[in-house]
Amino acid sequence: MARSDVQLMLGVKEGDSASFDLLLERYRTPVIRFLHRMVRDPAMAEDLAQEVFLRVYRARKQYAPSAKFTTWLFRIATNLALNALRNSRHRGPEVSIEDPADGEEETPLAVPDRAPTIEQRLVERARARQIQRAILALPEKQRVAVLLHKYHELDYDQIARILGCSESALKSLLFRAYEALRVELAPLVGQRV
Amino acid sequence: MNCEQMPTRLIGYLDGRAGEAERREVEAHLAQCAGCRARAEELGRLWVVLDELPALEPSLSFDARLRQRIAAEPQRSFWAWLVPASRAVWATAVLAVLFIWLASAPAPHDHVAVSEYGSEEEFRMIQDLPVLEDFEVLANFEALSELPAPPEQEM
Repeated sequence: MARSDVQLMLGVKEGDSASFDLLLERYRTPVIRFLHRMVRDPAMAEDLAQEVFLRVYRARKQYAPSAKFTTWLFRIATNLALNALRNSRHRGPEVSIEDPADGEEETPLAVPDRAPTIEQRLVERARARQIQRAILALPEKQRVAVLLHKYHELDYDQIARILGCSESALKSLLFRAYEALRVELAPLVGQRV
Repeated sequence: MNCEQMPTRLIGYLDGRAGEAERREVEAHLAQCAGCRARAEELGRLWVVLDELPALEPSLSFDARLRQRIAAEPQRSFWAWLVPASRAVWATAVLAVLFIWLASAPAPHDHVAVSEYGSEEEFRMIQDLPVLEDFEVLANFEALSELPAPPEQEM
């Protein structure tokens, strides 16, 4: 039977590096994807994900299983992402969260394997950019809520804890966020490819 | 259930996390309210659109880089539990030095006042020195006691 996250983290606390490897194996990809959707920059997302796991490792001795491991993990990731975005805003356009410049190398993305034509791929890419832009245009809290709810399927109480609000406030926040996305992405919502 | 209650209920209904009773209530409302039904359908389509967002794959070097960083982390010795966090120690030490320095150094305003007061006192003493010397001479001058009493003033 697979060990739970909490059991693994308690193993890490006892100095078991194999437990840390298992946690890394489990959450490396979700954390990187969450951070990428938050900051848009793939290199920055990887750097931040490194920092997330490093912080988990550093805090292993103080770890107490008071909440779900993923709540703790995504709270660290959220805080780091928001700080990075604020810092990048203060520094100016050094770190771009907008579309990559023309000719900039695209990063490896796991697009659905349907052997699409070049034209289809261009359309898919344009749609993906439009979706990404709409998500990035959301206020920070709404963005975090949508990403954790839609793409990572965290429970309401987990997202509420991460954002420091009540569950009912979270549901209102999510509704406002989805409404904003619905308006922003109306052309895509109305016309499916 | 009415239209005002729908926003918070609709999300739970669409993501399948609503309980059985709540799901039935939402469905009953959607069956009779065209506006809410249209909104629910649009949100459902939006969620399908959001699935189109591609997902980033971690780079092959991610784990190796992380292990390198973890290996570079300073290992705490057996006695480390005796030593509190170094940042806290430094912060406390700096605060203590600052406090002692501020407490020991006299306030600049008082210092000026004292020095001004001191020089003023000295100045007055120097100015009054001849009088004090004369007072001593006059107080001990015996010849003065032999002087006749001053004449009484006539009324």
